[in-house]
Amino acid sequence: MEMQAVERARMDVDVVCVGFGPAVGGFLTTVSREIPLEDGSFPQILCYERADDIAFGVSGVVTKGRGIRVSFPQLNPADVPMATPVTVEKVYYLLDAVGASRRSAALKAADAALRVSGALRDEAFELPYIPPFLEKHGGMVMSIGQFNQWVGQQVMMTGAAQIWPGSPVAAAIIEDDQVRGVLLADQGVDLAGNATGAFQPGMEVRAALTVVGDGPVGPVGRQLDAHFGLPPGNEQRDWAVGMKMVVDLPEGCNLPQGTVLHTFGYPEPEIFGFLYVHPENVASVGIFVPSWLENPVRTSYRYLQHFIQHPLLWKHLRGGRMRSWGAKTLNESGRRGEPWLVGDGYARIGEGSGSTNVLAGSGVDEAWMTGVQLGKAVLELWREGAPFTKDNLERTYTSLRRTSWLEEEALAAQHARDGFHRGVVPGMLGMALAGFSGGRLHLPGLPEHPMPTLEDFYSQRIPATELSLLKQEAQARGEALHDAVMNRCGWPDIPYDGQLLMTQQDALLLGGKVQAAPGYANHVRMKDEEVCARCGSMTCVEICSAQALSPGAPTPAFDREKCIHCGACIWNCEYHNVDFRAGAGGLHSAEN
Amino acid sequence: MTQPFHIVVCAGVAPDPLQTLEPVSGPQGPALKNEMMLPAVLDPWAAHALYEADHLAKAIPGSKVWLVSMSPKPKLQQVLMTMAQKVGFELVALDGPASGFADYLQVAHALAEAIEGIAGLQRDRLLLFGGWESAGRAAGTTLALVGERLGITEQFQAVDVLRVGDDGLLEIHERTDGGKHQVSLCGGPPALLGWATGNLPEPPNSPQTGMVNMRTLMPALQKARPVGVSGGLQFTGATLPKQQRATRVVKDASVDEIAAELAAWIRG
Repeated sequence: MEMQAVERARMDVDVVCVGFGPAVGGFLTTVSREIPLEDGSFPQILCYERADDIAFGVSGVVTKGRGIRVSFPQLNPADVPMATPVTVEKVYYLLDAVGASRRSAALKAADAALRVSGALRDEAFELPYIPPFLEKHGGMVMSIGQFNQWVGQQVMMTGAAQIWPGSPVAAAIIEDDQVRGVLLADQGVDLAGNATGAFQPGMEVRAALTVVGDGPVGPVGRQLDAHFGLPPGNEQRDWAVGMKMVVDLPEGCNLPQGTVLHTFGYPEPEIFGFLYVHPENVASVGIFVPSWLENPVRTSYRYLQHFIQHPLLWKHLRGGRMRSWGAKTLNESGRRGEPWLVGDGYARIGEGSGSTNVLAGSGVDEAWMTGVQLGKAVLELWREGAPFTKDNLERTYTSLRRTSWLEEEALAAQHARDGFHRGVVPGMLGMALAGFSGGRLHLPGLPEHPMPTLEDFYSQRIPATELSLLKQEAQARGEALHDAVMNRCGWPDIPYDGQLLMTQQDALLLGGKVQAAPGYANHVRMKDEEVCARCGSMTCVEICSAQALSPGAPTPAFDREKCIHCGACIWNCEYHNVDFRAGAGGLHSAEN
Repeated sequence: MTQPFHIVVCAGVAPDPLQTLEPVSGPQGPALKNEMMLPAVLDPWAAHALYEADHLAKAIPGSKVWLVSMSPKPKLQQVLMTMAQKVGFELVALDGPASGFADYLQVAHALAEAIEGIAGLQRDRLLLFGGWESAGRAAGTTLALVGERLGITEQFQAVDVLRVGDDGLLEIHERTDGGKHQVSLCGGPPALLGWATGNLPEPPNSPQTGMVNMRTLMPALQKARPVGVSGGLQFTGATLPKQQRATRVVKDASVDEIAAELAAWIRG
């Protein structure tokens, strides 16, 4: 991590947490209830969050809430704004209503058979049965922003922990392979990171324990992965962009509160989707665009607009109004991508620690549970008066995690999606095999391989010369290529209504309300200009959730005032050329 | 040598200006839909007043800053985790509505009472700061009413500049029409200054400042006195303005294009 070599102020505390999400929420909730400790001591616990408010998270949350109920046994969902019990749950296979989706011969045959069977309604087939590993009945629908806010307010009211928003953590302080705390990002710098007249060096916050919960693409988690490597046999190769919007449903919409719809099959077969109904006629609707959709011009926003217009959903959403929008990266490797959970002076929790369960399609509750487990471990070590060494943290936190339902289900899920490396049908079969066998069976994946070139991927649909022309024209306009290619492949224009169907820029302004505080450097930079110059696809530009990256020379241009910190550019660059650092700002919506 | 000041800043919270707001009718009268769910900020005009207070207190050794706020306690706590990193202050919290639909007179009465209760506050050093206007739909009238309750006769509104002379005189620049300022000389405290935007940028976040503030912030929040301001003012209705913001992002448009669009809009 390249930082200004200057004298820095220093502060010493007991515990410093990086990032405030469900994992750190679970950790702080657990420890704050026991402070002051039995011996009367009052450990000092700080948490630094990059976003400008603790409520600016993103997730499509439907959860069984088992972990959350460990902390709140009497939880009434009505106590948490936008939360409600699951009342109706259905799984739909969506057929292609516009004829532009990429479907294999097998899928086309299945679609044709379904069409003649008479089993379709609204171009969708409702599965007669929800596999138990997927179903969320008894659980609840939530907004992660509102849940984080609800938790954070309670934690802070105890006075036992301080949660500081708008405070990006640049790096962990690592000395002799021991984590000694964190370094906050420099302020008063220009976009290139050079000190200005208002320069304020980021402070050193030294701590006996550093709790790393900065999510799947957090700079501190990635720094630790780079420094310590992953445990033997583990790998992080499966990712997804989750993009959602929160919608005021139109008057007369008859979807009951607590309705949960899971979908697959459209707008591309690889894309999963959801619609959850909150109280007061509000819904969350979104999609997951996975890394195994090996399209070099993969995009999320355009696909989301087509998704909501599928007849099954549009009949409920037409006339609705977008009130919020956001996106995030999901670490779909789960348990197989688990980093070293602990080391001398640090512990990893949450999604960045490999807790997401891709078989259950659940991440928030699992992340919360890891925080609870670390909280219990820390309390135990405080009672013992034992230091936060790797051995002690393994003896307490890691062993708690290894003996819980979290681990059992994570192991069952760890190869569940490998089949998607071979295609959608093998992927679905692999999930079913893993789910029904408790992980004992699965379809093997393929070795990691380079993404196909643009020309190869579209060789059956667009002549190379035409593709080249489309690319040149998009670059001349300073735009990503995906709209031109999708239009050429038959995807219809989006009929903007200014309410629900709007340009990506309007979604940023009206739904995401994106902001970037002045005085911070650009947090997205390209490591090597030569690599960008040689790159033929610029998938980073195509996938960018917020059009913050656009074609440029010698590297893509970055506009930090649009970035929502989803981190998709990191894993979409197959050359690992994106240097994604700590940065301030992002979404200003509390409803995602 | 100028005497140190006792600067009291009155500031409520307001919805983050980026949010889309919608008035609704509730049992207590007009309210904003989902106001407690939405993110909030310290009222921007009052926040400028707080930055000016911090700047002045640092310039005049021995000066002290109090922040007096009536807001829903959980929301105030959340907002202060941002503000407390920027400037030093001691909090006096009242747990009450931040909605601009509350009766300004009752709000002013509660704030004045809280200020009178501040231990060690000396009236002959008192500078009462706040926002000239308010994003909380309170029209900026509350501050003046607080001043009247406290018997402060030297009141200045739309202040952009305050200079303190070696002789203790306060030179105050108030905005007038045409981008000009009215310059007044005030003999000294007590005085009320309703700030416009001032001239200071938003300070950077400082973890040290935050830690110092936390020593008093949480105790003050925990003992925040509930204040009821129901009744009094009656609203016959609340509606959105007919003219609403229509945001578009257009980069690299020529001056001629922009001018032509503006002219077309003016012509209707």
